[in-house]
Formats: sequence, structure tokens, C-alpha cells
Amino acid sequence: MGLIERYKAFKQKDRRAAKAKLKKIFYGMHLTDGLFYKIAIYTLLISFSYVYLYPVLFMFVNSFKTVQDLIDPGVKWIPTTIEIENYQRALEVLQLPQSIYQTFGYVFKVSILATASSALIGYGFAKFNFPFKRVLFALMLATFILPPQVTMVSNMIIFRDLGIMGSQGAMTYPAFLGQGLNQSIFILIFYQFFKTIPHVLMESAEIDGASHIKIFFRIALPSAIPSIVIVFLFSMVWYWNETFMTALYVGESVTLPLKLGKFIDSYELLYPDGTLGAELNEAIKLAGNMLSIFPLMVLYFIGQRQFTESIDRTGITGE
Amino acid sequence: MKYITAPFRWIKKTKKAIKDFFSSQWNKTAYVFRYLFGEIGDFYRTKLAKYVDRFFGFLTHNAFINMSNTHIGFFNNKLKIKVTRYRREAFYGYLFIFLWLVGYLLFTFYPMMYSLYLSFTKSFYNLQTGITSSWHGVTNYLNIARSQTLLPLFGAYIGKIVLAVPLIVVFAIMIAMLINQPVKGKGIWRTIFFLPVIISSGPVIAELTVQNATSLPSIEESNAIGFIFQNLGSWIANPLEALFSSLLLVLWYAGVPILIFLAGLQKIDSSIYEAASIDGASPWDNFWKITLPSIKPLISVAIIYVVVSMSLYVEPRGILELATTHMRSGNPDSSQYFGYGYAAAISWIYFLLMVIIMLIFIGMVSFKRKEVKKWG
Repeated sequence: MGLIERYKAFKQKDRRAAKAKLKKIFYGMHLTDGLFYKIAIYTLLISFSYVYLYPVLFMFVNSFKTVQDLIDPGVKWIPTTIEIENYQRALEVLQLPQSIYQTFGYVFKVSILATASSALIGYGFAKFNFPFKRVLFALMLATFILPPQVTMVSNMIIFRDLGIMGSQGAMTYPAFLGQGLNQSIFILIFYQFFKTIPHVLMESAEIDGASHIKIFFRIALPSAIPSIVIVFLFSMVWYWNETFMTALYVGESVTLPLKLGKFIDSYELLYPDGTLGAELNEAIKLAGNMLSIFPLMVLYFIGQRQFTESIDRTGITGE
Repeated sequence: MKYITAPFRWIKKTKKAIKDFFSSQWNKTAYVFRYLFGEIGDFYRTKLAKYVDRFFGFLTHNAFINMSNTHIGFFNNKLKIKVTRYRREAFYGYLFIFLWLVGYLLFTFYPMMYSLYLSFTKSFYNLQTGITSSWHGVTNYLNIARSQTLLPLFGAYIGKIVLAVPLIVVFAIMIAMLINQPVKGKGIWRTIFFLPVIISSGPVIAELTVQNATSLPSIEESNAIGFIFQNLGSWIANPLEALFSSLLLVLWYAGVPILIFLAGLQKIDSSIYEAASIDGASPWDNFWKITLPSIKPLISVAIIYVVVSMSLYVEPRGILELATTHMRSGNPDSSQYFGYGYAAAISWIYFLLMVIIMLIFIGMVSFKRKEVKKWG
């Protein structure tokens, strides 16, 4: 074989190897570990999350726009000037620092009660055998599919009779008695958790002379702290976002989202016709929206793990 | 050479500095949290626990009820009941769920029955006399069936749910499978897709709807979709159009189902896929034969969740708001608003429709095809 042929053969071999290598990079050993597959997955994820978060992005960007930018169809994602005044106005209209304290106070109270009673009830269902347990448990789960709007008509009358209509008691009493917002989910979370604590632990404590109540407070509750955090965070978020029942039972401007609902009226009260800055534009309203979700966003980024891994951790869907 | 690589080193340095900064910040916050919770726990154990025990001890050992290991005595041990293990357990079980039992009877069962009764009456409320109701038979239900405003609203509600639920479930399965692939930053994707659950409250959604931010502009302006709508009957075109105009908000209901499906997907044993691939199964087969059957029970859970949370959302000028208006501004002389009985009937129809739709969906999901028997 001549030198040239040998060189050609060598080249061809080399090329073939390089081709195989490239093919491996792009297509992978299976379908799922090639570069093309990765690119496809990331493209899909990114485009879906853009679509998914479009309203949030829209809200965020438009809340910084001036009136000219709002009208101008050429300005879409990047405002020409960042208008902080929108936020200043919205802060004034929503009476912000005070209303956040107020809302947090209310939500905190309700959530603490809901969490405490859910833990007690979940423990009762998980650890004891008693007559009609299955029936009662099924009824407890069935309350989840009963929207509170179905019973609102008669609840209004009952709350009036109890004298708690128009006060925060209308939300705290049901929460304390295990009938709060989505509370069957919370009870289910605690139920699933307490079932995983080995029965032997309780029995040994019982032999050492602890009563059931002592066992609950000394053994079960301290080990349930992850569930408690999850339930507490979720109930805070759900009570914060609940506006219809809160407005009906407690009052029209108890929480920040409710104040946001009456944004236009409050704005007109603060800036009557003919004064400077009387016209309310969309940007100011969106700034109000951003401000009203801001505390929840902070809560979300602090307790992010608790929120997004809640279902894995509590295992409420299985079994 | 030194000068050429300098910028890269700077970039590396700054990257490291940023990373260090954030990790130290995170460590600090985590430390504060740990410290705080630890303090709370210590405080509870050393100071508070004593009083908690004493308080609950008082509940079981007092003049009226005195519980020892063998007997329960009532009224200074005048009346004694022997305690067996079974009885004691039942007693403590009911003690723990006592709060729920009271709450269920007072705030769920009684209101349900009462509103069912009210829906057959003509009831009004005023401050002087309280609630006054007179038996009215099924007239409320008949009036709703004749109503020109309510029937289209109920139709729209049914259309919305029937179209949206399959869409949401399919979308949620898709996203969950995408996140379950070996991608980087799973936490970030989870955070993104769960965000709407945190921020979606009534007024925010209402504002987004008003400002037309609930659908992608490209969908709104698409000629193809407009053409499809024009050529369909209005019975299907109207709900479809409503769905498309609030498509993104409808997809927002997928936040929790995505997590449900993700939890299910992570539980599937990877050795099943390995065995299938040895037998020559394609990813397509894997999906239909392994993935879908293993997350099938979760589909029902997701459907229940989605239907309930969609029904909980109170649309502006929707059925529920109308019911509230009837309830609040109803009085015997009014020809527009018919009071508490009418509102109760509306909400009962709403509830029954919801349950029926849910049952149909779950039935469809858990319906098993008859296996065709091959003879010979």
C-alpha cells in the first residue's frame, strides 16, 4: 500500500470516529441523553413558562409605564422611562404599611387556629380506633368538595344568630372548629403524617406513664413541625387570597386584596375630579396589584421549598 | 498570555464572589430560622410544657370527671364506668376529633340542611324581624329554569368546566413529565409553575381580565382561530371563545396538579423502564404502557381538585355573585331580587352541577375497557 492510500484510509477512519462521536453527542446513547433532546426539552420548558407567566410579566412591566408608553403600541416589554410615581400613588390609595399589618394580623390569627385544630383532628383520626371512624373520615373528606358558597345563605343567618357576623369571628370560629378554608386538606396532611409515626413509640410512652394528651404534645407535635410549617404557609396564602367569603362575612375592606378590589373608588376619593393626577390609568392599577401580591411573593421565596415540595413531603395524594 | 486570559479570570472571580455572597446570606437566614425555631422549641419544653400539661391534666381530673387507669368516675366518683382498652381508645379518639365534630354539625351539616330547606321557601331578612320564611314548594327551582339571565350563566359554567378540565389535566401531565426529565434547576421550574397558586386572588384576576392580559396576543389576533369560531355552531363556539380569551388563567389552575403528577412520576420505579427498554419498548410505548397507568389514580385526584377550585372562583357578574345580590337586596316587594330562598336554590343547583360533572369525569377516567377475548 502506498503512503497516500494509507493516509486516505487513516483519514477515513478518523472521520468515521469523529462522526460517531458527534452522533453520540447529538443523539445520545438512548433518545433521552442527546443534545437535541436536551435542547428540545429546555425550549419547551422555557416557552411554556413564558406563556404561563405572561400575565405576571405583563403586570410587572406595565406597572412601570407612563401614560404615553401605555398608549404607544411600539413599547411592549421595555418602558421608555420607569415611572415610580405609579407605585407612590398606589401605596397611598391602598394605605399600604397599615393595611399589610392589618391583613397579616387577621390572616395570622386564622391560620394559627386552623393549623392547631387540624393537627388535633388529624391526630385523632390517625391514631385511635373508635366507632363510626370510617364514616366520619369520609364525611370529613367530602367537605372538601362542598364549596362554602353553597352554605353561605344559611351560614349568614347562623352567624347573625351567633353574633359573629361582620367580625373576624365569622372566619376564626369555623377555622377553630375544623371547617375553615380547604381545611379537610390540612387535616388529611396531618392524618397522613401521624400515621407514619410508629405506634410502638406511643405505646412505650404510655407504659412510662404518659397520657394520650401528653404523648400528643410531647412526641407527636414536635415531630410534625415540617407538616405544621406547610399547613401554616398554605393556610396563610389561601386566607390571604380568599376575597368573596371574607367580604361577605367579615367586611368589605379587611384584607389587602379586598382593598385592591375597591381600588377605583378609593382612588377617586383620594384624587377627586379636577385635582392634579385625577385620571386613574391602568399602570397605577397594576402597580396596586403588584403591591398586593408583594407580601405573598416574599413569603413564597422564603418558604419556597415548603410550597413546591409540599405534595411530595406530605404524601396526601397517594394511598 | 496573561493579559489575554485576564478577563476570564475576572469573570471567574466575580462569579465566585457573587456565589459566596449569596450562599453566605442564605446561610445567615437559614441560621436565623434554625435559631428561632430552636428557641421556640426550647421555650416550649422548659417553660410552657408544664402549664400545658397542667391545664390538660385539669380537664381529665376534676370534680365532675375523674379518669384513672381502670375507671372513669363522674360527679366525685359517684358514678363509675369500667374502662377497657377499647373504650379508652374510643374516648380519646372522640376527644381529639371533638372540635371537628362540633364544627361539622354547626358549620357544615346544619347549614347544608338549612339551606336545602330555605331553597323550598320564600325567605327574607330584615333587622327588626330577623328571617321570615314561608313554604314555596319548588317554585324557586322552576323560576330559575325559566330565568333568562341564569340559564345562560349555568350553560357557560358547564361549558367552561367541561372544556377546561381536560385541557388543564393534559397540560399538567405534560409539564410534570418535562420537569421530571433530567433537566437542571428542577426547583426553579417547580417555583415558576407553582407561582400562580400563590398570587391568584379574585381582584388580581379581575384586573388582569379587564386589561386583556389573560391570553396571548398572538392567540387573540389569530385569523385561523377566528375562522374556526365563525364556522362552528354557537353552542360550541361560545364556550371555546371564552376558554381561549382566558386561556392563561385557566392554565393557572394547573399549579397544584403539576405537583401532584410530579410526585406520582417520581414514585415510578426506574427499573420498570429499564426492563421495558431491554424488551425494545420505545418512549411512546413507555408513556402509554407504563407512565400513564401508574399516574392514573392521580388523574382523579387532580380532576377533583381542579373542578372544586374552578367552582370556588367567583366570577364578576357570575352565578355566585348574582346569588349574593339576590340574598342581600331581596325584599318581599322587589320584582328583581327574590331573597334567601332563591339564592339557596341557585347555590344548590350550582353544587349539584359541579358534583355531576366531577362524577362524569372521574367515571370516564376510571372506566375500564372490556378486554376482547380472543377465542381459538
